[in-house]
Amino acid sequence: MLLIHCPYCREARPEIEFSYAGEAHIARPADPSVLSDEAWRDFLFIRSNPRGTHYERWRHTHGCARFFNAVRDTVSDKFLMTYEAGRPRPSEAEIEEHRS
Amino acid sequence: MTGYRVAGRGRVDPDARLRFIFDGRSYEGLHGDTLASALLANGVHFVGRSFKYHRPRGIMSAGVEEANALVGVDRGRGRYTPNTRATVLELYDGLTAESQNYWPSLRYDIGAVNDIAAPLIPAGFYYKTFKWPASFWNKVYEPVIRRSAGLGRAPTAPDADRYASRFAHCDVLIVGAGPAGLAAALTASESGARVILADENPEIGGSLLSDPAVQIDGKDAWNWLEEARATLAGRANVTLLTRTTAIGYYHQNFLGLVQRLTDHLPAAASSLPRERMWKVRAAQVVLAQGAIERPLVFDGNDRPGVMLAGAGRSFLNRYGVKVGNRVAVVTVHDSAYLAAFDLARAGAGVATIVDLRRNPRAALLAEARSLGIEVLSGWTVTATKGRARIAEIRVNPVDQNGKVGAARMIGCDALLMSGGWTPSVHLFSHSKGALDWREDLQAFVPGAPNEAVRCAGAGNGTFGLAAALAEGAAAGAATAGSAGTPTVFSVDGEAPFSGVYFRELPTDRDPTRAKAFIDFQNDVTAKDIRLAVREGFRSIEHVKRYTTNGMATDQGKTSNINGLMIAADAVGKPAPEVGLTTFRPPYTPTTFGAFVGYSRDAHFEVERKTSIDSWAEANGAVFEPVSLWRRAWYFPRSGESMHEAVARECRATRRSLGIFDASTLGKIEVVGPDAAEFMNRMYTNAWTKLAPGRCRYGLLLGEDGFIRDDGVIGRLSDERFHVTTTTGGAARVLATMEDYLQTEWPDLKVWLTSTSEQWAVIALNGPNARKVLEPLVQGIDLNGEAFPHMAVREGKICGVPTRLFRVSFTGELGFEVNVPARFGLSVWKALIEQGRPYDITPYGTETMHALRAEKGFIIVGQDTDGTVTPHDAGMSWAIGKTKPDFVGKRSLARPDMQDPKRKQLVGLLTEKPETVLEEGAQIVDGPYAAVPMPMIGHVTSSYHSETLGRSIALALIQGGHGRKGETVYVPMPGAMHKATITDTVFVDKEGAKLNV
Repeated sequence: MLLIHCPYCREARPEIEFSYAGEAHIARPADPSVLSDEAWRDFLFIRSNPRGTHYERWRHTHGCARFFNAVRDTVSDKFLMTYEAGRPRPSEAEIEEHRS
Repeated sequence: MTGYRVAGRGRVDPDARLRFIFDGRSYEGLHGDTLASALLANGVHFVGRSFKYHRPRGIMSAGVEEANALVGVDRGRGRYTPNTRATVLELYDGLTAESQNYWPSLRYDIGAVNDIAAPLIPAGFYYKTFKWPASFWNKVYEPVIRRSAGLGRAPTAPDADRYASRFAHCDVLIVGAGPAGLAAALTASESGARVILADENPEIGGSLLSDPAVQIDGKDAWNWLEEARATLAGRANVTLLTRTTAIGYYHQNFLGLVQRLTDHLPAAASSLPRERMWKVRAAQVVLAQGAIERPLVFDGNDRPGVMLAGAGRSFLNRYGVKVGNRVAVVTVHDSAYLAAFDLARAGAGVATIVDLRRNPRAALLAEARSLGIEVLSGWTVTATKGRARIAEIRVNPVDQNGKVGAARMIGCDALLMSGGWTPSVHLFSHSKGALDWREDLQAFVPGAPNEAVRCAGAGNGTFGLAAALAEGAAAGAATAGSAGTPTVFSVDGEAPFSGVYFRELPTDRDPTRAKAFIDFQNDVTAKDIRLAVREGFRSIEHVKRYTTNGMATDQGKTSNINGLMIAADAVGKPAPEVGLTTFRPPYTPTTFGAFVGYSRDAHFEVERKTSIDSWAEANGAVFEPVSLWRRAWYFPRSGESMHEAVARECRATRRSLGIFDASTLGKIEVVGPDAAEFMNRMYTNAWTKLAPGRCRYGLLLGEDGFIRDDGVIGRLSDERFHVTTTTGGAARVLATMEDYLQTEWPDLKVWLTSTSEQWAVIALNGPNARKVLEPLVQGIDLNGEAFPHMAVREGKICGVPTRLFRVSFTGELGFEVNVPARFGLSVWKALIEQGRPYDITPYGTETMHALRAEKGFIIVGQDTDGTVTPHDAGMSWAIGKTKPDFVGKRSLARPDMQDPKRKQLVGLLTEKPETVLEEGAQIVDGPYAAVPMPMIGHVTSSYHSETLGRSIALALIQGGHGRKGETVYVPMPGAMHKATITDTVFVDKEGAKLNV
């Protein structure tokens, strides 16, 4: 069972308190009606599914109930860092800093 | 005292005699025995038959790695455990066990014909043999395979035991209380760190339990051990867990430990739980798992009486049992000499040591000579003889060039073998640590770790007592950081420890006819591995699955390395390039009970009850589970069938008055200056113009445009909505709302609160509903014009606050009385009392379903399945056409969402009014179409309608909206039913009964 650091509660809590909520940084288009069918399909269904660094959303469901973002390595399963929803995608340097 | 018990040896209590029964025969053992040691003390070696060939098998080890001696243990009804390793099964008075894999008896077993037919059942025989003819599958192959498949006999009665679980946290978790683990624990706990030391054995000590002569710090091993135990037991920061197996090592130093609490006690003597699962999070982990001896691979290495040399030594030194009176030894490693020497000194005749090495250590040869043991160095074993127990071995010299000379027979009643030692890296592997190949040991050892873990002792490839103690102490000290100082131990009388590795032992016979076992439990031989490689399997993972090597319940503890070495040789690659198969939890077989813990029966999942549940129970309700709630299904009067009860409830509600507990409805309070805007964005409907005091049916889609949930939503003020959801969807809807609010529209000033359990909801339906409410309600004008259909009012009922909704899920005049949950029962009772003159009738979910179906009201999740759009469901009217956007709107514009051939919700009336279709039944166009008939839809809801005196159904049918009046067919078992497509509303189409 992973330990996950909630950026709002500012502590590491066991995985059973959290739920996964899909890939992060996929903003809902401000006006979906102007999107082509292809662009809307991509927003709905197409995900990056990388081997390695993945930006993803989690919710501290059985804690503060807030959604937040995380960077996780899909190979090792390790969380590299977590950060508040709304913050931009962290840079490689920022991730490295957290890793050390 | 039996013939094989050695007085004065072992840790058994000679005065504590125990009776036990094995295969119906009564024997005597001693307290401290395992079933294996007690059987050996009685001269019993033949204890089971093998899985595939049904060959007689004996006891091959003295520990958890045992692959042969698996028994079924019977502790009474609901307490039968198959496949228990006799070598770790602690003896207690009255123990009853049986051998496995035979019919009709262990000695005369029909299945043993498999052994003679062995050439016909090579590796992968399942894949090769049972192919043709197809008709043989059901009648011949499958029954035969099923009867012979599986190890042991599965218990059938429910488990009568209880199981516990707990979480624990510590600074240092040490797995294994052998010398290295003890040294680590003594050092780590000195600094005050919270230490958990776990060992699978009944007592700590590990290899020291089998080696009493060695000295540590000038003390005999067992005295030192007792002092170490007392020291650790005296430290409040140490938790010492024996009979506790670390079964798995998971992320971030999370380990599962299973502690066995009662299996060693006489049956039914205790009120304790049988096992306890410890879920431990440790800052640091020290693995001191030790090592497991490897068998040697030669023809007949599985005969009862052939066992690992270290096991022979353990049985003597730990249990006071000699494994034979004429013992032979075959080895490639020094350690087997120690067993021979100890047995010789204990008076067991040791005939011969066959050492494959040409030049064993001089000191060992000298000691063998002094004990009168013949050593054949540079010899091999090429066969064994004996039926239920080994009687002879065939030995041959091997010259410098590997040429095998003339055979000689040596009589013996036990053969000890040693192929060297394999470090137990299982847990380290679970933690995804890298393994390094050690050429000198011909074994994998822990390499770069992936967690905060250190390995020590034999499990780290560090053999020898002094070295293990030093490494354990260093690991223990390191866990304390700079504060730690390793304890220093001195060791006297340590034995030499070196060896070489052999694959199949050299032989002068045809190796393809040899039954030289690698995996004893799954009956995999060396030639099976070579055959798999010849047939093209190159990956060790494929070789494993094709031959089943290492796939039995012992998970290859004794077979992995031998299998790998032979596969590597056959492939022509070095072993590290071929690699090891993956180790997976659990380390040893674990009961389901340990995983289940408390979560069984009533504790399996939460059962939610409404505040009115007790009244329903007292009034004879039959309940059904709905998501996690238990809901009243129907209220049968004495003698009534379900059908009769539901028919009566339906009649009463339509004619006069029904009362229904709707408390399980999901409820969310949506509040804030932007509440209406938020509702506009979430739901399909338009909310801006909904006046306070009015309600609207809301439809919630996913972003993909499909219906996710629905419910009536009341607007209490400009900034406050009372949202209801389906019973099962409450948590999901709130999570979806929170997601959008927190991450997409954080600028909106809206607050969401779950109020599902705060409100009790009582639905009153029927022409007389208003008459019953009127005398009880204060502050609300119930008159039809003042309080029309789809309105909500706040006031009081029976003196308590209420949100009173005028809504209907039945098509009758209806009210939903919301009161704070703590008043639910008293208000319910008051309404029942007030309703007596109108024959007020409580009804359950079945009647609710039937009445709503008569009106064509959908149930999300029953009439929709995640692929139904509002248009498909005939609810385009619920879409706010002028709204610029809402969740799912863009998807509704995709071309495939507007395809007229989509499955659409319609009504169905069967040709025969008494036919109630099966929900889920498929629908076809014609009865005579070619099979397979194209399926054009399916039945989603189907009931007997009491109101209409006939059956009704709802169905999703391709292009259904345009097919009203057409005939379709519903094939069901025994009949093909004819039905007509209709509108979805069967009763009161114009809604006259609502507006009164």
